[in-house]
Amino acid sequence: MNFNNLNQLYRSVIMDHYKNPRNKGIIEDGDYTVDMNNPTCGDRIHLTLNVEDNVIKDAKFDGEGCSISMSSASMMTEVIKGKTIEEALEVSDEFSKMMLGEDYNVTDDMGDIEALNGVNQFPARIKCATLTWKALERGVKADVE
Amino acid sequence: MDIFEYRKDFPILDQEVNGNPLVYFDTSATSQTPVQVIQAMSEYYEGYNSNVHRGVHTLGTKATEAYEATRMKTRQFINAKRFGEIVFTRGTTAAINLVARSFGDMMVESGDEIIVTEMEHHANLVPWQELAKRTGAKLVFIPLEDDGTIKIDSVKNVVTDKTKIVAITHVSNVLGTINDIKEIARIAHENDAYIVVDGAQAVPHLAVDVQDLNVDFYAFSAHKMLGPTGIGVLYGKMEHLKKMEPVEYGGDMIDFVEKETSTWTEVPVKFEAGTPMIAEAIGLSAAIDYITEVGLENISAYEDKLTKYAMEKMRNIEGIEIYGPETRAGLVTFNLDGVHPHDLSTVLDSDGIAVRAGHHCAQPLMRLLGVSSTARASFYFYNSTEEIDRFIEGLKRAKEFFNYEL
Repeated sequence: MNFNNLNQLYRSVIMDHYKNPRNKGIIEDGDYTVDMNNPTCGDRIHLTLNVEDNVIKDAKFDGEGCSISMSSASMMTEVIKGKTIEEALEVSDEFSKMMLGEDYNVTDDMGDIEALNGVNQFPARIKCATLTWKALERGVKADVE
Repeated sequence: MDIFEYRKDFPILDQEVNGNPLVYFDTSATSQTPVQVIQAMSEYYEGYNSNVHRGVHTLGTKATEAYEATRMKTRQFINAKRFGEIVFTRGTTAAINLVARSFGDMMVESGDEIIVTEMEHHANLVPWQELAKRTGAKLVFIPLEDDGTIKIDSVKNVVTDKTKIVAITHVSNVLGTINDIKEIARIAHENDAYIVVDGAQAVPHLAVDVQDLNVDFYAFSAHKMLGPTGIGVLYGKMEHLKKMEPVEYGGDMIDFVEKETSTWTEVPVKFEAGTPMIAEAIGLSAAIDYITEVGLENISAYEDKLTKYAMEKMRNIEGIEIYGPETRAGLVTFNLDGVHPHDLSTVLDSDGIAVRAGHHCAQPLMRLLGVSSTARASFYFYNSTEEIDRFIEGLKRAKEFFNYEL
């Protein structure tokens, strides 16, 4: 087995988020509640957000899935807290580019999510990583547009 | 059985994936295609590609003969009484939808019951859910035992004089359970109900005799039995097919077309509107020849050996859970503690091993098992015990990899 290649996908920071997820749970009476699933594999995300004055004050996720989808959700909730909705969507755009293998802007406030950049070498797993971001977009975009 | 002789006919198996020789353990999703099938289809396209049932030119006649010869061969293969009882469809899904739409709408009324099981593939569940909604009938489930089998007494309990249709799989694509279709058909008929069988996972692996089973309808797909995608078979008893209305209209299936109204041609062509899957039918014919040559009894016995070998080795790995009964078709669905099936599949893939991960189009069954997804290794006669050894090593390494990372 080529562990090198796998190590690109499963970096220790990813495994850490998988085994010790941040912001796992549900915000009761959250301002935004989104359910998203990946019908081809059965992964599901339940995302709840509290937003005050356009700033994401709290974000939690619940659900089940593989290490990639769960760690991505954990990282995302960490990163978007304290950001405005527009700023969160900008990070989401950069993340999309990362998944597509395009050039993306690395900024300090991207948190751990850059660790997921190895996923674009595994086309079958990109959908795992993007599930939580799609949930975010579905939840907040209606308000922005 | 000299599988290495057969493997020569499957060039796809002779390749490296991620730097390792391919181990293809996903036949339950789709089987690989031998050169004989590919060649038969090429010969059609290179030599006599023409539309069927139309015109009188030489190529058209040859294409029509080949297409209809597949019907004759399929009749023999599953021992249907008449060749008109073989309807070509796009696949098992389309075949079951045809029965639910045409036969179902004709026979089922409000208050009737449609019997299904929780081990059904979505293809043999959703069409019946929709039929129940359209007609006001009730969907009733035969309960499963803990080991994923069905007790005949459970069938007797749910099949009553209210039952119109019993829709059930012959072999479960997740559990590998082999259902006693003959006995279930007898119970259905005793209650004046009809039985529709999803045979997609059965026909490639065990000898099926539709007259002996005495089923009303039986559906299967070519691509799971060495054939091409895009063609499947609906077997139906002639007495039913004759009464049924087509669900698609157009060329080939008509008798007389007036400006305002039309009449239909005979069974089975009345269910095959438009240009059919001609090359695919020719491929299916070659696939049946190949399977017949290997022999379904040999295939069943060999797969049984592989499956027992795999299960014994898998059980030695700590933290593995295997779903389904001891006596089963050639597949093993399982979970490895602490490794999500997708992650497991990715790790195995890096080792060149292809297994399926996900819900296997059986979400209700996943819920019953209390999991969101599982991994599945499925075998065919072209697989070997050496490949299983590599798979077992892969499982161990996946475990090691995920533990190492923590």
